[in-house]
Amino acid sequence: MGRAQFVVRRTLQLIVTLWAVATALFLLFRSMPGDPTTYIVDPSLSGEARERLIESYGLNEPLHVQYMIYIQDVATLSFGQSFHSNRAVRDIIALYLPRTLLLMLTAFFFAYLIGITVGIIAGWRRNSDFERRSVFIALIARSFPDFWVGLIVLWIFGAWLDVIPMSGMRSGGIQYDSYWNVELWLDTIWHLIAPAAVLGFYLMGYPLLLMRNSMLEVLSQDFIEVCRARGLKERSIMFKHAARNALLPIVTAGAVALGYAVGGSVLIETVFGWPGMGREMVNAVLRRDYPVAQGTFFIFAMTVILLNFIADLAYGFLDPRVTYD
Amino acid sequence: MCAQISQSDGESIFADLDDEGSEREEEISPRKRQLRLYRRALGEQWRVLSQDNLVVASVITLLFFITMAITAPFVAPYGQTERLTADDGTIAQWEQPFWYGGEGGYVLGTTAEGYDLFSQLLYGSRAALLVGLLAAVFVAGIGTMVGLVSGYYGGRVDDALMRLVDFMYGLPLLPTVILLVALAGPSLVNLILAIIVLQWRTTARVIRSQALSLRERPFVKAAKVAGASDRHIILKHLAPNVLPLTFLYGAFSIAWAILTEAGVAFLGLGDPNHVSWGTMLQSARSYNALTHEAWWWFLPPGICIALVVISGFLIGRGYEEITNPELQE
Repeated sequence: MGRAQFVVRRTLQLIVTLWAVATALFLLFRSMPGDPTTYIVDPSLSGEARERLIESYGLNEPLHVQYMIYIQDVATLSFGQSFHSNRAVRDIIALYLPRTLLLMLTAFFFAYLIGITVGIIAGWRRNSDFERRSVFIALIARSFPDFWVGLIVLWIFGAWLDVIPMSGMRSGGIQYDSYWNVELWLDTIWHLIAPAAVLGFYLMGYPLLLMRNSMLEVLSQDFIEVCRARGLKERSIMFKHAARNALLPIVTAGAVALGYAVGGSVLIETVFGWPGMGREMVNAVLRRDYPVAQGTFFIFAMTVILLNFIADLAYGFLDPRVTYD
Repeated sequence: MCAQISQSDGESIFADLDDEGSEREEEISPRKRQLRLYRRALGEQWRVLSQDNLVVASVITLLFFITMAITAPFVAPYGQTERLTADDGTIAQWEQPFWYGGEGGYVLGTTAEGYDLFSQLLYGSRAALLVGLLAAVFVAGIGTMVGLVSGYYGGRVDDALMRLVDFMYGLPLLPTVILLVALAGPSLVNLILAIIVLQWRTTARVIRSQALSLRERPFVKAAKVAGASDRHIILKHLAPNVLPLTFLYGAFSIAWAILTEAGVAFLGLGDPNHVSWGTMLQSARSYNALTHEAWWWFLPPGICIALVVISGFLIGRGYEEITNPELQE
């Protein structure tokens, strides 16, 4: 099978997976006990007004009609209106997703920058104190629940030292007329530092351990000896020759990890009161706001599926040795 | 745990085949032989594992928390949600630990609602370990069986099972568990089920790739020629060989399951009938224990979670060195 065929097959698989997730979501929400209408419609409303509201949400149609409407909606990424605030779910996602991405991508960037660098050095200096310490720190970082580390950071730096804000993304009480206001951005960055640092610390362990293992594998290969024999500088062998070859598994694993990390933002957003999509999803689930819960969940799942897809394709393009069979 | 230390003399786990036909073997019933096979494999693994002090320390830590969970009702001075009153008849809220100058002699003080934190910490180990151990057993078990069946049979069976795994990989762990638990009702059973449903995918994928290569090995072909059934080959020839991998992913599952339980409980979707370390942290947050600087409330549960999770990861890493000899020094 050639590369083109692989891309086509993988794309079809992507669409089927998205459809399967959407269908599973539909069945899950519709099969659960509890009448969603009681959550949309004010119980004090009279009979006729009630009927009209239920009709306007399409909840009076038979299940298979609801399913057809639903699949069409998903295909156009419109998930109806919030039961709670009456706003379009698409607008809600457009509001909250960029905030989640701002937090997530900042944390992810620093986590991978630091994790990969430390991983390279740890793999290079095998059996040194540096290696043992960094592997230990990576394990610690992955074992402490990130939301608990967040609580500790808030306690020390927020409640006690009072150098970081206790909650939120912006200080209250100030109105800005445009997004391109320096003070607005400085304020946002000030709110961003603590959650991004905690999240980054948690995410750092994975690339660190992965890069170290990958380095160990590459360093055992013959071409490293050849580099030494040619009299290349150690630093140049470490970063240019060994690390570049060791980086491939981290690139693809990183793409997959990013997808899952976006879904994992739920906890850190709740601790720091960051008004992102994860927190919005939990709130929607708790108040049985089905359209918002479905919409936000689908975006999380789609992120995972798309990044898995990209990782699979990237692997083939980055490593010429890959064969498709 | 694999605590039996076998005195076996380094025979391979394929001994079953090597010994075929010897008179001594025929006297033992097949069941006993199989048991011995597994015991020998476990003993061998334990010999490698116990050389690593960190792994031994992790096993001891896990045993300590298991003891804590079993003995909680006898050791805990109060019930997990027993409202305590001070001498003057008011509710004993926000009491500090006695060694920190608090009144009433509470080991870790009390909550804003007047519950004893030390008792909650002891009882909290039950939810964590129940979720961690049960989820791990089922995740590793289901994952191994699916992986073996998929890899051994190949073809359509393999295709169908692996497409299912692909679909499962499209689901983000925490959001999915939150959805399932919220819709099915917050309880420990539902949480364990949700974690199992989501986590077997990794084990299945890894075990399958192992089974694919084991299938081609001479001892499996020999067993087939000798007329062994598929069931026999999967259970007696393939399964013992992937056992270290099963334990590796089982140990990691303990860690992930406990982290997930704590997170879900922290979000307010914990089992309302059981106190867990996650629900302790949730109430600490909602009662603003941070600004009250009541660190005896929110530090201990997090440390307990981390200790159990680290143990799981370290035991898993120990198995990683068994399954991947390149990592051994």
